[in-house]
Amino acid sequence: MELLQLLFGGIANGCIYGLVALGFVLIYKASEGVNFAQGDMMMLGAFIALGFGNADQMGWAFFLAVPAAMACMFGVGWGIERVFVRRIFGQPQFALVILTIALGFVLRFVAGSIWGYTPLVLETPFSGVNFYFGSVVLGAADLVTILVTAILTLLLWAFFAYTRIGLAAQAASQNQMAAYIVGVPVMRLNGFIWGLSGVVATVAGVLYATKGAIDPNIGLLGIKAFAAAVIGGMGSLPGALLGGLLIGIVEPLAGRYAPGEFAQMSPYIIMLVVLVTRPGGLFSQIQMKKV
Amino acid sequence: MRIVFKTTYDRDIDIHEHWGKRGAYLALLAVMAVLPFLVGEYYLAEATNTLIWALAGMGLMVLVGHTGQVSLGHAAFLAIGAYTDAALMNAGLPFLVSFPLAGLAAGLFGALIAIPAVRMSGIYLAIATLAVFVIVEEMVILLSPITGGVGGIFAPTIEVFGISFDRYAELANLYWLVLVVVVLVTWGYANLMRSPTGRSFLAVRDSEVSARALGINVTRTRALAFGLSSGVTGLAGALMGHYIGFFNYELFSIFISINLLLVVTIGGLGFIQGAFLGAILITTVPQAIAIFRDWANASLGVDLGGIPGLDTMIFSGVLIAFIIYEPTGLYGRWLKIRTWWELFPLARKDMFRRQKSYLKTERMK
Amino acid sequence: MSLLKVEDIAVHFGGVKAVDGVSFEVEAGEVFAIIGPNGAGKSTIFNLISRIYPLTKGRIWFDGQEITGLKAHQIAPLGIARTFQNIELFDHSTVLQNLLMGRHTHRATNFVQDIFFLRKVRREEHLHRQRVEEVIEFLELEAYRNKMIAGLPYGVRKVVEIGRALALGPKLILLDEPASGLSVEESQEVAFWIEDMRRDMGLTVLMVEHDMGLVTAVADRVLAVANGRTLAQGTPAEVQADRDVQAAYLGTSTEDAA
Repeated sequence: MELLQLLFGGIANGCIYGLVALGFVLIYKASEGVNFAQGDMMMLGAFIALGFGNADQMGWAFFLAVPAAMACMFGVGWGIERVFVRRIFGQPQFALVILTIALGFVLRFVAGSIWGYTPLVLETPFSGVNFYFGSVVLGAADLVTILVTAILTLLLWAFFAYTRIGLAAQAASQNQMAAYIVGVPVMRLNGFIWGLSGVVATVAGVLYATKGAIDPNIGLLGIKAFAAAVIGGMGSLPGALLGGLLIGIVEPLAGRYAPGEFAQMSPYIIMLVVLVTRPGGLFSQIQMKKV
Repeated sequence: MRIVFKTTYDRDIDIHEHWGKRGAYLALLAVMAVLPFLVGEYYLAEATNTLIWALAGMGLMVLVGHTGQVSLGHAAFLAIGAYTDAALMNAGLPFLVSFPLAGLAAGLFGALIAIPAVRMSGIYLAIATLAVFVIVEEMVILLSPITGGVGGIFAPTIEVFGISFDRYAELANLYWLVLVVVVLVTWGYANLMRSPTGRSFLAVRDSEVSARALGINVTRTRALAFGLSSGVTGLAGALMGHYIGFFNYELFSIFISINLLLVVTIGGLGFIQGAFLGAILITTVPQAIAIFRDWANASLGVDLGGIPGLDTMIFSGVLIAFIIYEPTGLYGRWLKIRTWWELFPLARKDMFRRQKSYLKTERMK
Repeated sequence: MSLLKVEDIAVHFGGVKAVDGVSFEVEAGEVFAIIGPNGAGKSTIFNLISRIYPLTKGRIWFDGQEITGLKAHQIAPLGIARTFQNIELFDHSTVLQNLLMGRHTHRATNFVQDIFFLRKVRREEHLHRQRVEEVIEFLELEAYRNKMIAGLPYGVRKVVEIGRALALGPKLILLDEPASGLSVEESQEVAFWIEDMRRDMGLTVLMVEHDMGLVTAVADRVLAVANGRTLAQGTPAEVQADRDVQAAYLGTSTEDAA
């Protein structure tokens, strides 16, 4: 029974990792860029929701505050692409890595300046609500997390596989010049994708906030989410979720059943094992170049 | 405008093209050598710190700049070098033995990591190095008896042939020791890059398929690059340990890894000089910000120190500006300035217009 | 005994049979051409010989030694050099450095000696440089010695690739579409170079080519492939006259008349 409890909690955590990882993969799938500020975008999204929704801030209803935050973060994501990412168009990949690392610091500073560095709690209609199945306690927050993640992953996957915009985005990530030539508005598309990534990050942030207090440094979770995205195979949406779930489940299990320090290391050991056996991640997207 | 007329192959093989360049570097070396007599203790300590970062930067540069492998966890090798050196000295070994052993330990570990790592590329390799970093960090805590665990470890004062290189008592001596190490490593690095081994690194960086077709064992070359890179970084870590004096695992955080990456990219990827320029940037910008803050406080009455995180924010701003406006890094900018100066007044306006490269997917190997 | 013997090689990528049972032999000192429509598997055959692709079945011998089981980087030391269809040069190095990299199989120093740049290293560098200068002279690349590859025109890059392969000092050189993308004048130069390679350097040349003019000018024997299988083999005249080859690749005059 304890195992079930751990599993359930792990799956919920894994969903949050997976959502942040989804945000990574979205941007990677569309422009082969790596957004190291994804974790901090999640943090900012959570704080904006808090700013709209908490009684002592703007005091809006939860189901109004969250979409408002999502809209805001769409703007932030789109804005980052428009102002910064576009300026380094044409530079090699790690220029973006460094840019986003620096932007992450900026986002952290902004959040810290507006809301301070002491942990705050987001008010939600389901925090503290629990369901009891025998001796297993299932938090409503966790249930919502799992549900929302599943739906969102499905929607995003369908978006990329079936809509024209999704296909255009995939084309742009594989060969930008060719995409331009066939008329794909690559820059505008990128802006949209970054905005979408901001929205996904907000959802992840709000869900994270339902489980505990938040402060500007929670963005560091992004590193684990990045690991999750890579395990899944950068470029695979279901893979990102799977990677997140893997890490989310292994963490509490290792903490419970493995000796002391190994619990901390476990997600990373798993990651190395996966990468060594499948160098392109679980759903590897790497193919051989024709020479 | 200088015309270099070469009459022997040695001209191309030599590290410096002509005596002008060699003279400039010798002059620089002379200034560095007498620095303890020119500046006060505070700046001397800063110079020592910068040199240590330049050493670490060179370590990472071999891997990232010249062999094209990204490492997000290089602070791990700093840690291995620092702890090995301190632990061996605490066990009684003299510095002259423990120092090279520290580098060797880091180098062997790096080569060991390389064996599975060479199958990965790009971001996968980057994240794998990150994982290694976290694991090393945890191992440091696990091996408390040797490493002092969470509490930390004390790096004993270096003493060679009776001369003390204590960080506080004999800072000049420590500075000269670091300078000698840096000069030797720079010389070795320059030799490496003009030799067949260095060329094989560049080949692996630019086209693996071609490299294989030319008989280069890509796996072994990558492992060698990893080993050399981690070894040099380990030496830097050992020196860092002695410079700080007392340290624990928090000294080698993910931010240090990121800083190191910044040193090589902002400094100028693919150039040895880039490591030095990047190190100077990383160590002086925080100082400059502090000075600016004090000035603002004194003359404008504005207390910027009251705003937490402002330092990092300004640093990030500087970084963003660099990435957007000077992607070739500091050394790239210097090359442009020098070329403009050499060609004066014949330099054309768009000579360094960036070749826009369109994204071609990395997922096709 | 032939220099290169390829026996019934095949490679299957999933369901696609890129090469499906091709056999041929190349004699020492001859110029052997492989022709065929796009997608026929010509470059794939090269990649199989270079051991870049795995073999699903078949065996390959070079100079009496079986190379079927070797890895890609073990091929060059045996004396096989190659060029690539889409140029695979080292873009961030100069022409000279690219050519020097071709000398890798003749390295006589290890990395420790290199780091200390002992006298032996310097002597070896001189030797490598001399060999490379011979190649530069042969291909008339003097003007481009210190230019970065990234800024060079396509035709020059193709020549540098050939030069890099020659710098290896091979017995067999694999040229993958040496004339593609080149002007008439440049193609004629390629023809002269191939002749010189055979006559003065004693090289054996195996090439993939679409330019039938070049093939008829220099090739001793031709192999025509389509859909991964052999269509015909023989002298250029014989292969050009073959019905199957005409149907699959060359076209007949009666087809155009309508």
